[in-house]
Amino acid sequence: MSSKTMRLNLKIWRQKGPKANGKMVDYTLNEVNPEMSFLEMMDVLNQQLVERGDEPVAFDHDCREGICGMCSMFINGRAHGPMTGTTTCQLHMRHFNDGDTIVIEPWRASAFPVIKDLMVDRSAFDRIIQAGGYISVNTGSAPDANALPIPKENADMAFDAATCIGCGACVATCKNASAMLFVGAKVSQLSLLPQGQPEREERAIRMVEQMDKEGFGNCTNTGACEVECPKGISIENIARMNREYLRAKLVQK
Amino acid sequence: MSGKTKSGLIKSSIGKKVFMGLTGLFLCLFLAGHLAGNLQLLLPADVARDQFNAYAKFMTTNPAVKLLSYLTYFSILFHAVDGLYLAWQNKQARPQAYYKKDDAANAGWASRNMAVLGTLLLVFIVLHMKSFWYEMHFGAVPVYGSIEHGELKDLYTLTVSAFKQWWYVLIYVVSMAVVGFHLWHGFGSGFKSLGISHPVYTPLLNGFGKGFAVVVSVLFALLPVYIFLTSLN
Repeated sequence: MSSKTMRLNLKIWRQKGPKANGKMVDYTLNEVNPEMSFLEMMDVLNQQLVERGDEPVAFDHDCREGICGMCSMFINGRAHGPMTGTTTCQLHMRHFNDGDTIVIEPWRASAFPVIKDLMVDRSAFDRIIQAGGYISVNTGSAPDANALPIPKENADMAFDAATCIGCGACVATCKNASAMLFVGAKVSQLSLLPQGQPEREERAIRMVEQMDKEGFGNCTNTGACEVECPKGISIENIARMNREYLRAKLVQK
Repeated sequence: MSGKTKSGLIKSSIGKKVFMGLTGLFLCLFLAGHLAGNLQLLLPADVARDQFNAYAKFMTTNPAVKLLSYLTYFSILFHAVDGLYLAWQNKQARPQAYYKKDDAANAGWASRNMAVLGTLLLVFIVLHMKSFWYEMHFGAVPVYGSIEHGELKDLYTLTVSAFKQWWYVLIYVVSMAVVGFHLWHGFGSGFKSLGISHPVYTPLLNGFGKGFAVVVSVLFALLPVYIFLTSLN
């Protein structure tokens, strides 16, 4: 364990509530341990703010082991900070240097309104899932291996798409605040498996319609989303969703 | 899931992108044809004049070419209007900008500037069509009799004299760089918008698109530069 601590300058977005005007506020944090996770560093800051009698910085977090997708921070201009393939809780302070200034902002998208400070309302994603990201009938418990023949490639692709944790980094980083990687992954994971077939067309159409209704932007295929996705979801899922949607529009009765 | 939904393709985000891809890729074909025709300007002046003017006559009178030209006008207009609308929607999707955003960390420059590049191209197309298309169709381009092809409008001389002006050449060279950057991203992106993605063919298509972008923009830009340089002698 390294014992050398760091001194950091933090620029954090503070906003009292959904309707309030926010602003960037400067904080200085001494004795940051490089072994801390980013969220632990935020905990230390909040502890000091509470002791001072100030309002702590509100931020989302839950599992702190990189699988829940709650920690939504835009750090130094990038979703979940400078490392790829990580959520904020899996980002450690050793990736920063003594004396660094770190800018911390909430996700910015009209479909993700700020609730307070660094917390945003991501229920738009829930409504997209409610629109069609499910299978309407109970398909039973896990089937026996090989009882349902599924090509290995399809199983792998469906599984890769299903690793999406719905964190919203794709929307946050996209220059258009587009949710196409999220919706692409969710459409793909079901369209590749036999259980998803009966509602395949309706699902694609309904989820895309809900996505548009929520006010997300359009896709320019810049590829920023797949770079920032903590789960490494491929942009191929967007092309597959385009294909699924077009096909659905052509064959739906 | 209950209740069918039926709204038009063009109303959806994906539908708009599909039409961007279709019109954009059609315009790539148009560019290839346009370039092939223009390369005749590189022929020796005495041959080029008749050949280029005869070609221009064919391009403005042949019914099949006319049909294609209407499809091209439509594609340009649709691509521009659809693209500007999409760009406006994208702006609405993030009303508050980030205090700090590292755009270069995860996406190429061309891909992040398609709307700006496209708008510059629209301005260029207006200027370009005023200079040559409008003059050819409605302007007073001098007519002369050629031995081989009969009466011809002298678009060749109009073109050559236009590119004797250095600032005009400069506008064209810069605009062709804009075309190059727009195609650098647009060619591959168009296929993705149509849902075409393949582990083997997509990287090949992207590579071809980038090569196409460089070759088309460099060759197009070469013509005014060549005409300007030869006019100096």
